[in-house]
Amino acid sequence: MTTAGPGTTAAAFDDVDLHDVSRHYGRRRALARVTFSCGRGQILGLLGPNGSGKSTLLGVLSTLVRPSLGEVRYGGRPSSEWGDALRRHIGVLGHDLFLYGDLTAYENLEFFGRLYAVPDLDRRVRDALEAARLTDRASDPVNGFSRGMRQRLALERALLHQPRLVLLDEPFTGLDDESAQLLTDRLKTLRASGVIVVLATHDFDTADSLLDRVVCLREGRAREIERGGGPLRERYRQALKESWT
Amino acid sequence: MIDVLRAAWLIARKDIVVEIRNRELAYTTLFFAVACILVFAVAFVDDMGHAIPGAAAGILWVAIAFSGTLALGRTFERERQSETLRALLLSPIERPAVYLGKLAALLMLMFAVEAVVVTLVATMFQASLGRAPWMLLGLVVAGTVGFAAVGTLFAAMLARLRSRDVLLPMLLYPVTIPVVIAGVKGTQAIFAAEPNLDLAGMWLAMLISFDAVFITLSLWTFGPVMSE
Amino acid sequence: MRTARWLVPASLAVALLMFFRAPYLINAAPEESTMGAVQKIFYFHVPSAIVAMLSAIVSGIASAMYLRGRRPMADHVALAAAELVVLFGAVVLATGPLWARKAWGLWWVWEARLVITLIMWMLFVAYLLLRRFGGPGSDVLSSAVSLVGAVLVPFVYWSVNMWRTMHPTTSVVPSLQPEMMKPFLWSLAAFLAFYLALLLTRVRLEKSRAALEQAFLALED
Repeated sequence: MTTAGPGTTAAAFDDVDLHDVSRHYGRRRALARVTFSCGRGQILGLLGPNGSGKSTLLGVLSTLVRPSLGEVRYGGRPSSEWGDALRRHIGVLGHDLFLYGDLTAYENLEFFGRLYAVPDLDRRVRDALEAARLTDRASDPVNGFSRGMRQRLALERALLHQPRLVLLDEPFTGLDDESAQLLTDRLKTLRASGVIVVLATHDFDTADSLLDRVVCLREGRAREIERGGGPLRERYRQALKESWT
Repeated sequence: MIDVLRAAWLIARKDIVVEIRNRELAYTTLFFAVACILVFAVAFVDDMGHAIPGAAAGILWVAIAFSGTLALGRTFERERQSETLRALLLSPIERPAVYLGKLAALLMLMFAVEAVVVTLVATMFQASLGRAPWMLLGLVVAGTVGFAAVGTLFAAMLARLRSRDVLLPMLLYPVTIPVVIAGVKGTQAIFAAEPNLDLAGMWLAMLISFDAVFITLSLWTFGPVMSE
Repeated sequence: MRTARWLVPASLAVALLMFFRAPYLINAAPEESTMGAVQKIFYFHVPSAIVAMLSAIVSGIASAMYLRGRRPMADHVALAAAELVVLFGAVVLATGPLWARKAWGLWWVWEARLVITLIMWMLFVAYLLLRRFGGPGSDVLSSAVSLVGAVLVPFVYWSVNMWRTMHPTTSVVPSLQPEMMKPFLWSLAAFLAFYLALLLTRVRLEKSRAALEQAFLALED
């Protein structure tokens, strides 16, 4: 693996642009001409009913899903130009947590750390375990963990390689209040350090104070909601009622 | 190139560690292979207790093919549970490395199972292992590699589908028939009353060509096929 | 494909004319010494096998192109060719046993061409099942199947031929008498023209289906 020194972050991107991105599966349209961009130090929220295309959009941003039409640009360059190195700067926390149940917490982080060529691995893994409050469970297999513990570990796994773009698919699901607060603080810290955060969520109350920008999705179409002017939940419902041309 | 091999080794090593902890795959594959042998032995051993000539080779390779398909299915089923295959594809390592890593891990599992299976078949059917051990080893290794090369490609690409358990055998068995023919005929040439090592060598050559062609093809196809 | 306009009826016409003339030629051909009249099924059996194998290679090449560039036309051709492998393969697998039964008293012969057709047929049936039941994205997955299938052809030939050299095969074509060669080539040409007509028609159908889907999607915009 090419060694990832401090210079790697210099090779990352400052913004992500989606331009007219569409994705269809046969006759079913998952995304329809989605266009927006986000920059460093921003937390962008994706809201929408189930099946509106949030997960597909996150999939496109993570480079796993190819758009049928349109283009995604990272720092002005399309993903085809970047190649494999692009994924070094992207961290994903999905619905399914991407953890190996038979490996211990430490081993999970170590494995992915090696895949991402994380330098000073042992120290970073220990720091991550501490951030996840799992230091005393480091040598326990993950399949013995509760949902909350797994989620914390999965988040650290996604952030271990200090990605520039972080994608989270409904990260607040099933979290207790304390964990949700910790996650919120963590995301704010990420924002302060210049990370681009895109998260899909149903949790309006938490999102209201956290999100800088909000993009609504409905049947594959995207529309940004303006800030201010009432609680998020109301603005969201209002946006869904209107007709989007 | 080195990066690809190193990344592949990381993945393979992870699979081995998981398998050593879990042992589910090793046990089920092994027991299934032994059960295969017993069932076929019943069919091919006559009333005097002698096996039909050539049966031992056939039984061996059928056991390898069936248990191999089982192992393939189970390996990727495991990756599917937490979508860890997707996590591998999200990481910056090149796609061929994922393929090679899974291939290497599967091969190690199958070789371990085959060590038992070959010994068992040789014992039960009075086939002499010492006659041409390197040739036999070569056939088993080359045949398993050919089987696993295509199998890993197909199993990975079907992993997301609901009908994968039905589709994998349907795709895998026709494609691996040349491997099985070569393996069986080569092994028969070794086990025969008058062993024909030249003939076995010809079959080995075919297997090695098969391996080279299909590993290359799979390496080239894996990336495009795994991106949606 | 503008060329397809005239090519389809042209090749269809050529095929039909040739099929019309073929029975006369076949009848005029000498009977094979041991098998008699039954051997004449060979004029349908072998060209079908050749076309089936050709179609497998066409499907494989189209699939490789599709995996490379994701151009929809490549996928249409791959699918159409795969279906024709199944069609012509079925003809081979049906006529083979009929011929073998009458000629040698067996329903099946372990002969390279039959075995390879069986394997190819099974594989491309699996291709079609994958397309049908694989859900979205199955076009990419099935491309891998037909590509592997196409590359597999020489290996099956190699392995079965090597297997069967222990027992002599009825390998016929290179040793044909000239009087038999003419109707055989005629028959082969007819089958090839027919294959071309079917392939182009099926590709056009697939293109229309894709265009319809695009229209559906555009409607929602």
